[in-house]
Amino acid sequence: MPAHVDGNALAGPMSELFAFDVTVATAVCGSCGDNAHMGQAMVYVSAMGHVARCRSCGDVLMVLVETPNGTMLNVRGLTGLRIAPTG
Amino acid sequence: MTTWRAATVASTARLTSTARSIVLDVPGWQGNLAGQHLDLRLTAEDGYQAVRSYSIASVGPGQLVELGVDKVVDGEVSPYLVDEVRAGDQLEIRGPLGGWFVWRPADVGPVQLVAGGSGIVPLAAMIRARRTSSSVAPFRLLYSARTPDDVLFAPELDNAGDVEITFAYTRRAPDGFARKPKRLDRTDLAELTLPPADDLTVFVCGPTGFVEAVADGLVSLGHDPARVKTERFGGA
Repeated sequence: MPAHVDGNALAGPMSELFAFDVTVATAVCGSCGDNAHMGQAMVYVSAMGHVARCRSCGDVLMVLVETPNGTMLNVRGLTGLRIAPTG
Repeated sequence: MTTWRAATVASTARLTSTARSIVLDVPGWQGNLAGQHLDLRLTAEDGYQAVRSYSIASVGPGQLVELGVDKVVDGEVSPYLVDEVRAGDQLEIRGPLGGWFVWRPADVGPVQLVAGGSGIVPLAAMIRARRTSSSVAPFRLLYSARTPDDVLFAPELDNAGDVEITFAYTRRAPDGFARKPKRLDRTDLAELTLPPADDLTVFVCGPTGFVEAVADGLVSLGHDPARVKTERFGGA
């Protein structure tokens, strides 16, 4: 396993897609139910893309793959994402 | 929505033998919060692109944005930034980014900063933001560096006013320094950082292994995990 960083690294790529800041969104893990800000997730970055894993159980929360043909965002591991109000 | 825009290198300055301050001129920059980062994209002549995230050391108005970059051995991007890039060079940036690992001047509670190596960069931005906003929030910094020569922003930290700063060294300490060189452990954290408190916020930044050891140590000392905010750099 390469060294992981954290959900702060998702801010840039996700900002290309959404108007909200993903690092302060609260993610609910579909495996263990842990509630955490996405900024607290463990993120593995490779040439393929970003894989965010639950800080608590390690299961995949989100996969983000950017290709020349578009971006694939898989959020199967999330039960939900609570987006903080802006401002 | 944030997307890529052009930036020009305005100036560079050596911080240590392996680290450099890079000031970017970013037209339209609307300022940033202390602790935020930006993504930097380099494109090679053959079209190959590399993206890396760098913390922002600067705060305040204007379109000049300062980064502090430490060279990662065998790195793909940082050696170029530390050794080669020069004033006038163009690159692309995306930012400012992130609202989780930030300190806002409206936050009045005490703050404990813990830096490992170039992890000082976003924490230096917080110290700058505190100074420019005339905040009186109690600030304490514990800065772990390899040797005294590896301290980024040393002159500035020497003049950080009422920010209580403790240095710890992992490889070589100054002559007569009481603490022998070693990695921070739980005992160090207990002795050299603020004790747990309901209104205390802790910011920890550095290499992944450092951040996890420090965060785990702080939580074991009784700190609320929700109030220990972390930002990990890749690598060691």
